[in-house]
Amino acid sequence: MMEKMIFGRYIPGDSVIHRMDPRSKLIFVFVFICIVFLANNAVTYAILTAFTMLVMLLSKVPVRFFINGLMPILWLVVFTFFLQLFFNREGQLVFHYAFIRIYSEGIRQGVFISLRFLLLIFLTSLLTLTTTPISLTDGIEMLLSPLLKIKFPVHELALMMSISLRFIPTLMDETEKIMKAQMARGVDFSGGSLKDRVKAIIPLLIPLFVSSFKRAEELATAMEARGYQGGEGRTKYRLLVWRPADTLSLCSLAAVTVLLVLFRDGGIL
Amino acid sequence: MAEGGNAVIDIHQVSFRYPEQETYALKDISFQVYEGEWLAIVGHNGSGKSTLARLLNGLQFPETGSITVGGLPLSEENVWEIRRRVGMVFQNPDNQFVGTTVQDDVAFGLENHGVPRDIMVERVHDALERVRMSAFLDREPHHLSGGQKQRVAIAGIIALQPKVIILDEATSMLDPVGRKEVLGTIRELKSEVGLTVISITHDLEEAAQADRMIVMNQGQVYKEGVPREIFQMDEKLIALGLDIPFPVKMAKALKTIGFDFPMIYLTDEELVDALWTLHLSK
Repeated sequence: MMEKMIFGRYIPGDSVIHRMDPRSKLIFVFVFICIVFLANNAVTYAILTAFTMLVMLLSKVPVRFFINGLMPILWLVVFTFFLQLFFNREGQLVFHYAFIRIYSEGIRQGVFISLRFLLLIFLTSLLTLTTTPISLTDGIEMLLSPLLKIKFPVHELALMMSISLRFIPTLMDETEKIMKAQMARGVDFSGGSLKDRVKAIIPLLIPLFVSSFKRAEELATAMEARGYQGGEGRTKYRLLVWRPADTLSLCSLAAVTVLLVLFRDGGIL
Repeated sequence: MAEGGNAVIDIHQVSFRYPEQETYALKDISFQVYEGEWLAIVGHNGSGKSTLARLLNGLQFPETGSITVGGLPLSEENVWEIRRRVGMVFQNPDNQFVGTTVQDDVAFGLENHGVPRDIMVERVHDALERVRMSAFLDREPHHLSGGQKQRVAIAGIIALQPKVIILDEATSMLDPVGRKEVLGTIRELKSEVGLTVISITHDLEEAAQADRMIVMNQGQVYKEGVPREIFQMDEKLIALGLDIPFPVKMAKALKTIGFDFPMIYLTDEELVDALWTLHLSK
């Protein structure tokens, strides 16, 4: 079950991107998501694509991992593409058969929007592929720390995140175990009508919930026994180091932003 | 070796019941734990063993009576200091693993106590070295076996350098290999660092290796003594819902066909020795 899961999966490696500070990576991805929307013509999309490719190459992560990450969302990409293709009524009429009319602008927009999706998916999966969950949590905690001023429970949020991440595989294993145990008793998970299928989920869900409660209680006891008293007065084992590469990556992103602003339609040029 | 040593833990007339319950989980319990000993606490399910462990760590407070750990009375103010002195390893290896990786988990307790980072790194590595898990620094819990997870849990405790370590059925979910590994590790640590071990267990072979045993029955101390004394009770232990170790059983079976042994043998080795010398003297 774990093998198919790509979401949040970390691929150990040793590249420039792997060694980067999670904070800079988080900022990078956040800014990238914003500037993707600046692109609106062939030149700007070319710049973005080239930039994304470069980053992917630098990470040395095999392409198949990106493709795997794409699979669950592929239908959305295809759906938006066809939506644009069939319903965009701008530009010249390129193709006409029965009720299907395809316009030039439809093709253009379809390609651009699918490309935008692809770029976003590739870059965001790059973040999880090259960063361990724990350093991601650390990064988020540090980036959110200004919110402490308005009494936002940053430490608690970070702890919750790291515990959830740590328990994902454990719970997956357990789900599989319960599923098999229920199958052995004659519960059919794969067949039947929609109603039957939903019903079959119940003998899986209830034990999973109950055991999660039990787990939570035991974990809380163990944490307390080891002296956990909340965020105050705690030191941190993990250290985040901001290196020149981090500054450099953000600078390169700034450069790309400037290029996008210059070359986009209705931009400065 | 126990009597006469310094008491690390002193339990004096402790009674406890869970909220909204009529019957006492523990009733008028008094005993002492001496420095450097291995104390095994046995008893059937619901005899109050685990409740006792929770009291020793300040996870629950006694209704009446007092508990003193290393001269420090257990109270709301002292509880964190006491938790630093008394480390606890729980039953389920999965549900006490807090960290995302092995080293994070070992560091967790140190972080909680505000230990500076450079000391922390040193202690984490040292503790993992001691339990022979240093090759697994960045492993995630789901890639470890049960025995390995328990060894990490032990490393997390010894990194805090406690005086006492409580094993609350810490080996009950492990296979025989994992169990042997974990107990071996603790035994080594005990002689190296001079730990006091309180082991709460169902495993009578394990209890037979202890310096001293306490048998609990229905929230009370039923009997206290060295394993040889305890296992002499034989039928009475079985009546309490407990069992006796294999060598004792074996000797008993041999007795019924005419063998005669002068004493109780707790390990296979002792019994084998007795058998071959018996053969010689015939």
